[in-house]
Amino acid sequence: MKVRIKFKKDGSLRFIGHLDVMRFFQKVMRRAQIPIAFTAGYNPHMIMSFASPLGIGLTSEGEYFDMELAGHISSAEAVRRMNAVTAEGIEVISFRQISEEKKMTGMAIASAADYLVGCKCRENGAIFTQKMITGFLGQQEIVVTKQTKRSEQEADIRPLIYQMELTKEGIYLQLAAGSAQNLKPELVMSALCRFAGIDEASMAWTRRRLEMYADLASEAERAKGIRKLVTLEALGKDIE
Amino acid sequence: MKFSLKMYIILTIEFQFWLFKSTTIKKQTGEHCQIHTKPERNPMRKLALPDEILLNIEKPARYIGGEVNSVTKDPDKVDIRFAMCFPDVYEIGMSHLGIQILYDMFNRREDVWCERVYSPWVDLHKIMKEQQIPLFALESQEPVRKFDFLGITLQYEMCYTNVLQILDLSHIPLHSADRTWEDPIVIGGGPCAYNPEPLADFFDLFYIGEGETVYDQLMDTYRRCRQEGKSRLEFLEYAAGIEGIYVPRLYEPSYHEDGTLADFHPVSLHAPAKVKKQAVMEMNEVVYPMSPVVPFIKATQDRVVLEIMRGCIRGCRFCQAGMIYRPTRERSVDTLKQYAKAMLDNTGHEEICLSSLSSSDYSGLQELVTFLIEEYQGKGINISLPSLRIDAFSLDAMQKVQDIRKSSLTFAPEAGSQRMRNVINKGLTEEDILDGAGQAFAGGWAKVKLYFMLGLPTETEEDMAEIAVLADKVARKYYELPKEQRRGKCQITTSTSFFVPKPFTPFQWAPMCPAVEYVRRASIVKHAFAEQLNRKSLKYNWHDAEVTILEGIFARGDRRVGKVLEEAYRLGCLFDSWTETFHNEPWMQAFENTGVDPDFYTLRSRGEDELFPWDFIDIGVSRQFLRGEWEFAMKETVTKNCRQQCSGCGAAAFGGGVCYEGQN
Repeated sequence: MKVRIKFKKDGSLRFIGHLDVMRFFQKVMRRAQIPIAFTAGYNPHMIMSFASPLGIGLTSEGEYFDMELAGHISSAEAVRRMNAVTAEGIEVISFRQISEEKKMTGMAIASAADYLVGCKCRENGAIFTQKMITGFLGQQEIVVTKQTKRSEQEADIRPLIYQMELTKEGIYLQLAAGSAQNLKPELVMSALCRFAGIDEASMAWTRRRLEMYADLASEAERAKGIRKLVTLEALGKDIE
Repeated sequence: MKFSLKMYIILTIEFQFWLFKSTTIKKQTGEHCQIHTKPERNPMRKLALPDEILLNIEKPARYIGGEVNSVTKDPDKVDIRFAMCFPDVYEIGMSHLGIQILYDMFNRREDVWCERVYSPWVDLHKIMKEQQIPLFALESQEPVRKFDFLGITLQYEMCYTNVLQILDLSHIPLHSADRTWEDPIVIGGGPCAYNPEPLADFFDLFYIGEGETVYDQLMDTYRRCRQEGKSRLEFLEYAAGIEGIYVPRLYEPSYHEDGTLADFHPVSLHAPAKVKKQAVMEMNEVVYPMSPVVPFIKATQDRVVLEIMRGCIRGCRFCQAGMIYRPTRERSVDTLKQYAKAMLDNTGHEEICLSSLSSSDYSGLQELVTFLIEEYQGKGINISLPSLRIDAFSLDAMQKVQDIRKSSLTFAPEAGSQRMRNVINKGLTEEDILDGAGQAFAGGWAKVKLYFMLGLPTETEEDMAEIAVLADKVARKYYELPKEQRRGKCQITTSTSFFVPKPFTPFQWAPMCPAVEYVRRASIVKHAFAEQLNRKSLKYNWHDAEVTILEGIFARGDRRVGKVLEEAYRLGCLFDSWTETFHNEPWMQAFENTGVDPDFYTLRSRGEDELFPWDFIDIGVSRQFLRGEWEFAMKETVTKNCRQQCSGCGAAAFGGGVCYEGQN
């Protein structure tokens, strides 16, 4: 049986990288005695797949990974047991059964994510205005330099920004996420700074991922720019 | 025969150094071991370092604390705050069992909160110096200087500049004499504390031996002194009265004209002439951490460590651990089975490792290993079995727990020729080695690692060349197998390190060589390898000679080399045990600037009766025994191990362990 786990990552845990979070959860599973399936061989390991790695420095209230169970456990019991043995800063929110289909794993279907970007130095980004953001989004294209480990690449990020607005808590963003296309919120923020003529070096961002989505729109709908986003959590159901 | 870790890689041997026992704590089992393991939920735990720094340094997770099983207490409800430091980077320090034991033991006391401190890596070091950020403990993120105690474990000589870094970044005066009650009591322990003299000026106290015995007494003394408003010096005097505690300030050395030690004596009535090593005698009763801290980032030892025994019966003459941890004491198999379960349950680790100086000498080994394999093999738990001699049982066990296609076996013959192995008392014949290798090859292994030492006393060029010859003979064993049983070429990797004479070993009298001579010896071995039949299956690596010389100076140094350390640190030396950060030039500059002659400590032959800086410590093993062993070494005579025949080393005075096996 496949399950999807949703968790929060808060506080100082923002400095723990993706691979270490994976190792952390492998140990949580053992401490909580969740019946997890192992691969065969001399070094059996847990089959665990994360929807989308979270960068160092970001907190999140909507992280996901999928796992394979070897036995039955109810959702409520699993959440209770895992939270009893976690570290301060990581909290399991849900533990739900998902489809067995390979193409339905979180990694395969994740296509968008919500972020909230705050600014620590001024009042939650109050130097930004909704008008500024409307102007920013009104551009034909927003070309930025994307840096990967090996190269730099120019890319138009405008189509990857699904929503962007000013809220009381900061700037809310809905961006493309997942293995096909992925946009990091800090890239959007530096493009916005450049657009608004703000010196980015003087800013210190707080970045929080809020949620992750799959897109259930058909090929035809996608071609027309229609998205039907549902949370990754909603694709699972609680185990009694 | 060993397939195992080499004795001189410090971190792979988990011998317990300053562990200690609390008389008030009852025997622990898996059930009642979770005292303060759950941190209080406080989402606003403030980090000492701002995001701007943490996001711009390597591995910020080294500095944030908050790991599973780390202990948080209310500072207002404890009397004593103890900062426990391993003066190296987090991943190394977190792998050390001794600290985990001490951390657990201190935190069982309601009146003590023990936290951890590690060396900031060079990137953060620079920032902390520039911005005057005080060094902090991981749990509370509060400055170390606020603490009552700063305990520093001394596991290898090349971390001494890191000790000064810890004091410097904590804004604690480097010299004990300059400290006041505004500063913590700085206490050292661990194997290097068996010759504390090079660090004498920097420490207020040293704890000599295993920590479980008298730390409680020290804590109680401290609490009383503070309540009664005693001065710092008064406290140090009381502490000197506790067995095993050495207060360097209360002793004074004097020197002969030739520079050797003339006299070393206490200058206070409170300080004993001899400081007695502490050893735990009730191995099944003593505390052991059932819920060790689980790091977020991968530590060097990312697994449960089961310490099956302390000490070693073998008596290799170069090995300090083999002498200072005498007598050999075992834990019972039943105790260890309970520990294994509790520790795996409480940490979630996917590997468990047996730890001792020589696991094959543990009398319950078969029962314990069989239990671990049966109980955990199917549950995705790896079982790691270091320090085993090769025999039918160990090969069978290894085949069950390892993927032999990928793994290599490690043998530590330590010396190439039989003559040399007799000198060092490595009770191992060439036949043992080749038989073991043959069995391993027949069992499917094709990769073997061999460890040797160069520069041992009496070593000849022939002994050096024999290293390559032995490696070749091991390879020949492989090619003797029928072709269909082989898997291509074998891979025999040989490494040599240079021998460093250590205090409290039979070789403490031995002179070292100049660096050029070490390099010459390595090149003799290298040339000998080039002449071997199977040279294409053989690989040879050797260690750096410059570090060896420094290690030798500080291993047998006296109080006068302390100023070299201070000068070297001032010149920028730090993380000297790391190849990437070690620089020899500033060290040489430091010797020149301080006028200390390094050759005095390394090249000189020490006379039979020379008073050594560490002679005021009583480790139980007598100097007379050590000298006898030195003479046996010169005669190439082997001494039997403790179980074959007692050699009367003196450790029986502790009243337990192997010395009394089979007696009631």
